[in-house]
Amino acid sequence: MRKILKSVALIFTLMASLVLLSSCGAKGEVKNIDAWDQAQKTDSITWGVKADTKLFGLMDVKDSQIKGFDIDIAKALTKQMLGKKAKANFIQVTSQTRIPLLKNGNLDAIIATMTITKEREKVVDFSNSYFDAGQSLLVKKGSSIKSVKDLNKPGTKVIGVVGSNSVENIKKFAPKAQVIQLQDYAQALTALKSGQGAALTTDNGILFGMAVDNPNYQVVGKAFTKEPYGIAINKGQGQLKKHLNQALKELEESGEYNKLVEKWFGNIAGFDYKEVER
Amino acid sequence: MINIIASHGSELLSGLGQTVLCSVIALFFSLIIGSMFAIFEVLPSKVLHTIGRIYVEVVRNIPLLVVTMFFYIVIPQYVASINGFVAGTIGLTIYTSAFIAETVRAGIQSVSGGQMEAARSNGMTYWQAMRYIVLPQAFKIVIPPLGNQFINLVKNSSVLAFVAGFDLMYVGNDIASTSFDTINSYLVVGVMYLIITMPLSYYMRYLEKRTNRGAA
Repeated sequence: MRKILKSVALIFTLMASLVLLSSCGAKGEVKNIDAWDQAQKTDSITWGVKADTKLFGLMDVKDSQIKGFDIDIAKALTKQMLGKKAKANFIQVTSQTRIPLLKNGNLDAIIATMTITKEREKVVDFSNSYFDAGQSLLVKKGSSIKSVKDLNKPGTKVIGVVGSNSVENIKKFAPKAQVIQLQDYAQALTALKSGQGAALTTDNGILFGMAVDNPNYQVVGKAFTKEPYGIAINKGQGQLKKHLNQALKELEESGEYNKLVEKWFGNIAGFDYKEVER
Repeated sequence: MINIIASHGSELLSGLGQTVLCSVIALFFSLIIGSMFAIFEVLPSKVLHTIGRIYVEVVRNIPLLVVTMFFYIVIPQYVASINGFVAGTIGLTIYTSAFIAETVRAGIQSVSGGQMEAARSNGMTYWQAMRYIVLPQAFKIVIPPLGNQFINLVKNSSVLAFVAGFDLMYVGNDIASTSFDTINSYLVVGVMYLIITMPLSYYMRYLEKRTNRGAA
């Protein structure tokens, strides 16, 4: 009997310490440091970017640099805000790790194909949108799936990525389909190829990037949602937000924004880059 | 923590169910496969011995995630379509069976050779001696290290999250990324793993004590 009591006591102590731990966690956010001051002092900004997403942020294995539209926009914004000599540092994130990394202070800002949503706005602040994407589907050529409606059958499996809001959307547009969430886009694409799902869903820009490398796969159906991408920063960083929006506006006015759009999306078959130009 | 449990209780429970289901299946089959290869390794036959050694050395030295990914990505392309849960469970079974084989082999070899000789000279065949004399003693010896393997197996089942196996860790990832309450989501998941492994841990201790009673 005493032994049982002892072990029960042990478990309770463990639980209590866990609860204690969880309550400290909530206060550990980076609120006191002004990111804009910091950026001016160090003459650099640390961006969270994707490294597995063609066209937006993809690791080039030849020179181990991340390249893409997000990267170029981030570089341009950094120079626009802090001057020609300023440095943009890049840290790889996934849809799942980006918000935690921003909140614990590892990043100043996220520019990683991140859609502005109401749920996310509760935990982070967004700049104005810097790219207008929409959710679409990637399927094998010759697949019977032509649009999101074809997915709304029991037993249909749709592949998505953990932490992306496209999986939440698909639950709305095709509630009968089963959603399979994988860790990143590279894995999701491999899973699609090995037949783990009938379609891969995410934003059209990303899907077109995949289709370029995989000619047996194609993007089908019109975009069925609007996904404005924004730059996410921590709450209470009003200065940084103001300067980001200002710089973004300047890039659009100077025509540099359109140059970058054309650079990355100009040659993509089936993607009308004029539509996203500003 | 309470918030997460209140708002995602049913998802967490189904995740817990998948984790337990996967663990039980993997435990059962890895014990059988592991024991089989352990016996292979101690058999006088050179061929079977070599097969046993190759299996153990190859499987034991590949990361679990690689084994699982192989079943999730490669097998569906060339052999048969299997989903994440099945792929994960097969990967986990094979991976754990190598460790169980090593554990059981050590147990068999720690039973004094005189036991086998005495059984044989009393007219038992090799297999009878193995079945009735050596293996029962061997399993008694390996209960504590086997318990370790079982606990590891339950924890390793979190590999299912990487192949969309809908287990506890997968649900945890999902909740963390939709609620944005990362710390509490993973704390809840951690506690739920404890709920499975703690009783297992205590049960193994109990078994150990009970089997020792007869020996002393």
